[in-house]
Amino acid sequence: MNMKNEAGNTDLPAPVRQDSDLVQVLDAEGNVLPQASVPPLSDRQLLELYETIKLARHFDQRAISFQRQGRLATYAPMTGQEGSQVATSLALAEQDWLFPTYREHAAKYAHGMELESLFEPLRGYREGYAIPEDVNVMPEYIPIATQVPQAMGMAWGHKLQGKTDTAVLCHLGDGATSEGDFHEGLNFAGVFDVPAVFVCNNNQWAISVPREQQTASETIAEKAQAYGIDGVRVDGLDPLAVYKVASEALEKARNPDPGERRPTLIESVQYRFGAHTTADDPSVYRDESEEEAWRDRDPVDRIEKYLYNEGILDSALESEIQDRIEQEVSEAIETAEQTETSPDNIVEHVYDEVPARLEEQRDELNRLREKYDDGAFSEVLE
Amino acid sequence: MSSTASTQTGQNAQRLTLVEAIQDGLYTEMAQDDNVVVLGEDVGKNGGVFRATDQLYEEFGEDRVIDTPLAEAGIIGASIGLAQTGMKPVPEMQFMGFMYPAFDQIVSHAARLRSRSQGQYSVPMVIRAPYGGGIRAPEHHSESKEAFFVHEPGLKVVSPSTPYDAKGLLAASIHDPDPVIFLEPKLIYRAFREDVPTKPYEVSLSEAAVRREGTDISVYTWGAMTRPALIAAENLSQSHGIDAEIIDLRTLSPLDIETITDSFKKTGRAAIVHEAPKTGGLGAEIATTIQEEALVHQEAPIKRIAGFDAPMPLHSLEDYYLPQAVRIQDGIRETVDF
Repeated sequence: MNMKNEAGNTDLPAPVRQDSDLVQVLDAEGNVLPQASVPPLSDRQLLELYETIKLARHFDQRAISFQRQGRLATYAPMTGQEGSQVATSLALAEQDWLFPTYREHAAKYAHGMELESLFEPLRGYREGYAIPEDVNVMPEYIPIATQVPQAMGMAWGHKLQGKTDTAVLCHLGDGATSEGDFHEGLNFAGVFDVPAVFVCNNNQWAISVPREQQTASETIAEKAQAYGIDGVRVDGLDPLAVYKVASEALEKARNPDPGERRPTLIESVQYRFGAHTTADDPSVYRDESEEEAWRDRDPVDRIEKYLYNEGILDSALESEIQDRIEQEVSEAIETAEQTETSPDNIVEHVYDEVPARLEEQRDELNRLREKYDDGAFSEVLE
Repeated sequence: MSSTASTQTGQNAQRLTLVEAIQDGLYTEMAQDDNVVVLGEDVGKNGGVFRATDQLYEEFGEDRVIDTPLAEAGIIGASIGLAQTGMKPVPEMQFMGFMYPAFDQIVSHAARLRSRSQGQYSVPMVIRAPYGGGIRAPEHHSESKEAFFVHEPGLKVVSPSTPYDAKGLLAASIHDPDPVIFLEPKLIYRAFREDVPTKPYEVSLSEAAVRREGTDISVYTWGAMTRPALIAAENLSQSHGIDAEIIDLRTLSPLDIETITDSFKKTGRAAIVHEAPKTGGLGAEIATTIQEEALVHQEAPIKRIAGFDAPMPLHSLEDYYLPQAVRIQDGIRETVDF
């Protein structure tokens, strides 16, 4: 059961702060809230949103299962967060740039990356980080919050070159808000008034540390005030609300009204349904009942219910979409599993040209490979 | 040289892995001294991402095993402040590749407060960090950047290669009046067990360990590379009659120059094995030190068997990047046959 508060919003599970500023479009069951304004999306766009979110959920399940089979290394699951990821990326224009972290698989895919390239680094192949020229996505950021000042800098560069029709959208987690880079990046963004949108995917947990131990601030959105920029809080399990908030923030980044600052910090209030990564065991530090309360607000169910209510989706179309995404993910896995690499790759792309000393190191390795064969290198060091 | 674990038997010892020995070492020190506190990301309730602080939160409570916000500079800067009050912080950096935000606090302050204050203030603190490759970890999780810290005056740098040493070196580090960077080879966190005394003991921070005595070549290494070096030595002993001496440095700064040069004076040949990139790695320091101290004994060029001058690759290629036994054997033969 979900209680509606004075603003017509539906309450998020405790201990998340309830406030009337939380942007929502759908209630927990996927019905449009009485005072909500639905973003103007065509049926085709709504189905694209739905299909991409469904695909992301399926991708996540397959990736977790492949990791358990030893076919992928450590994977950071995104179940519960894919609705927000897809909605923010679909709000981007093609020329806009995306700065993802290691969990934004769906955000990358929805902004143009191929699915197989998402699997490749998880299989140990750096080839998947080679992003095609027409796709404006940076390689995923693993050291926490380091992307924030860089995203600011790219947006700054665009502004200095008069290209404010290009916005930059930068993802980060709730844990990232404790790092110095977060504060430095947002401060610069405010000072230089750059066309950037920062999306904090507040999934309530930084590995084992809960949001309320991460910061004494009541909300993450309120941190924006300190940098003189707007902070917006949105129900991150409500894809329509996220789409609306992200679109408005991107539009303001490009074309602010007089007196408006371009940057926005969006706090997308979510929940990490699964583990931090496949190497993590959340049962050590959190109660499973907490997850159940959030499961009632599953973004996949909510958007699906909305589309059924609107007559945009029926069971025939739903199963057609399901078949299509399963096939697409299977094909991507197949392609990714055929990826090959060479030890020569170790020395490639370190510099524009391979330095002589590094060439010697590569030649020495290849001499040893010839002398002893490759099997000798895969002996377990332990 | 300290006694080895094989001499410890009976009810006064436990069979522990290296990571368990670190947990046991932290437990032992915390039980003895209320001023010892552990802090960092996920070290409390979660017991650390590698379980190095397992059960400490339950045993000592949230004021001594502290889950901090996600901020490495904050953790180290706060630890420097804590140390000024008589506390002995043992902060954990979750992975060595995530230490860089704290670099300024470490090199500009932890390493220098003693000299800046002309001995009035000091920073007795142990910064623990898992380091190194070989566990199929994601990018930025496999770094070996010990040379950054060895280069910094005022810091001690330690890396154990056995469970026995892990507990003893950790105790000596916590008792040390100066800041210690304690680098844990995560590749061998759970690789093997040995007897670890339950009672408190120290392994000296100024003595390297001779892991295998030999007469033909001195092989200098530390941490996770000690095992492939020993395997290489055994293989070459059987296949080619080469008798390699394996020196586990244990403390990387300050170096035990006496043990290093005594061995070289005996063998006249040397190889250095480390995971870190070759250029500017600790191997260069060791080779130069040998030449300064024992040039007249040298019979062959000193060989470095190291990581590439390239970022650590993702895991499909890490076996080629790391010095495997096959590379170590080849390097030893090249040096002995010179």
